[in-house]
Amino acid sequence: MRLYVQIIAGMVTAVLLTGTAVAQDSARLKSESFDLPTGDRQFTGPRSEVANNNCLTCHSAEMVTVQAPLSKETWEKIVKKMINVYKAPVPDDDVAALVEYLSNNPAASK
Amino acid sequence: MIPSDTRTRTLTRRALLGQAAFGGAAFIAAPAWSNAINLPFQNGGREITGAFPQKGEMILQRTRAPLLETPWTIFDKDVFTPNDRFYVRWHWTGIPETVDINTFRLRVHGNVERELAFSLSELMHKLPRVDLAAVNQCSGNSRGLFSPRVPGAQWGNGAMGNATWSGFRLKDLLDLAGVKAGSVQVRFAGLDEPTVEDAPPFRKSLAIDHARDGEVMVAYAMNGQALPFLNGFPLRLVVPGWYATYWMKMLTDIEVLDKPDENFWTKKAYLIPDTPHANISPGTKDVKMIPINRMVPRSFVTNFSSGARIKASAPHEVRGIAFGGDCGVAKVETSIDGGANWQPAELGPDQGKYGFRRWTAKFTSPGDGQRLSLMARCTNANGLAQPDKPNWNSSGFMRNVIETIDLVTFEEG
Repeated sequence: MRLYVQIIAGMVTAVLLTGTAVAQDSARLKSESFDLPTGDRQFTGPRSEVANNNCLTCHSAEMVTVQAPLSKETWEKIVKKMINVYKAPVPDDDVAALVEYLSNNPAASK
Repeated sequence: MIPSDTRTRTLTRRALLGQAAFGGAAFIAAPAWSNAINLPFQNGGREITGAFPQKGEMILQRTRAPLLETPWTIFDKDVFTPNDRFYVRWHWTGIPETVDINTFRLRVHGNVERELAFSLSELMHKLPRVDLAAVNQCSGNSRGLFSPRVPGAQWGNGAMGNATWSGFRLKDLLDLAGVKAGSVQVRFAGLDEPTVEDAPPFRKSLAIDHARDGEVMVAYAMNGQALPFLNGFPLRLVVPGWYATYWMKMLTDIEVLDKPDENFWTKKAYLIPDTPHANISPGTKDVKMIPINRMVPRSFVTNFSSGARIKASAPHEVRGIAFGGDCGVAKVETSIDGGANWQPAELGPDQGKYGFRRWTAKFTSPGDGQRLSLMARCTNANGLAQPDKPNWNSSGFMRNVIETIDLVTFEEG
């Protein structure tokens, strides 16, 4: 994701130095561009497709891979919260498979 | 991974852009990390990343939406956390691609006499400048240390930082707008958006009297520089002594409410048990829940880490940082025997009651091969001390137990 941000460093510095200084005109401003990493790692292992299809729209895979070890019951609650509260577009048919995949994820299941 | 017609939710443009990155990339194994650390809990392995704009090396908790933790060694260097190492926490991936300072406006509306929409330049000139040192700490800082573990970002202790914030008092801005009688809360919104259009946008509210207490401020600078993009450029709410969930990043909208805020993030998220230390036993049902609010005291050793070996029968200096939470630090004490005996530490300069305070203490280590449990305990200016047992709640909020560093002595030669 490409980010274009105009920095007000010049303007802020002017105000900090003088307290009441009139903000300098836009000639003092500088445009810069940033790359914000997308985090394009995929889930792996048997039946990982269901996680790749349903989780990665809203967040990168680390939300699962560095998660605390959690029970199947907890993963089920999380999937339901993602759907009901955060409006994740998970098809009904995928819910059980998704919970199964997450609770068998060796990095974050117990 | 293009959404099929069967999916009923509407995705925002950014979500679709994000998805494009995954097309055809299925089943690629994670790359080997060239630089990694282990946080001290199960599944604590983390990549060190330098891939984020305006940030140096950070502990990668999540790439998108970004969760970046400050590496622990940073806290040993100074009581002020450098902007390029300050932790980062975003809820939604819809972080704007552009912040145009010429068109950016901070809007004040709702139950006010006059609706306002000020440019950055107008805000800087109409409102007197204030500077304040204050700790910004995630509600879930140290969540990875909870036992039993709870879901959420699995932070070590580095989801916190201290900065000098420069900006203006929220009270002064609200006074320009003229808060009408009957106002109960003030709600804040940033420029970020949910990934899915009908998901709840991130909003937080403060009680009207808190918003007008003269301490809550809007910052346009952090440690004398423009805010880093990922820390909320160009404006961020600063709520001294309160957890960071209230410190709205990329602040653009302030709404004075005449009835309590019903939005998800204020009413249903970031809740704690209404019990001492927000502590309950795992599995407790029907607990009264309230919004998280004031921070509590914490202290940390910064120059030793657990498992280190130190010279036996020798003088040592231990140093660290402490903060009082919602008030200043009254004292810090240290123990080398697991809390049986405590000695006062020497406090460094007071650079603001809401900021980090440096402390140092000396101790003499025992003989060869002995174990030490090194502890620091902060008592704040309100007389509240860190507890000796960890709190627990299902969200992993408000950890402030006395931390322990385990050391072993050795004879030289």
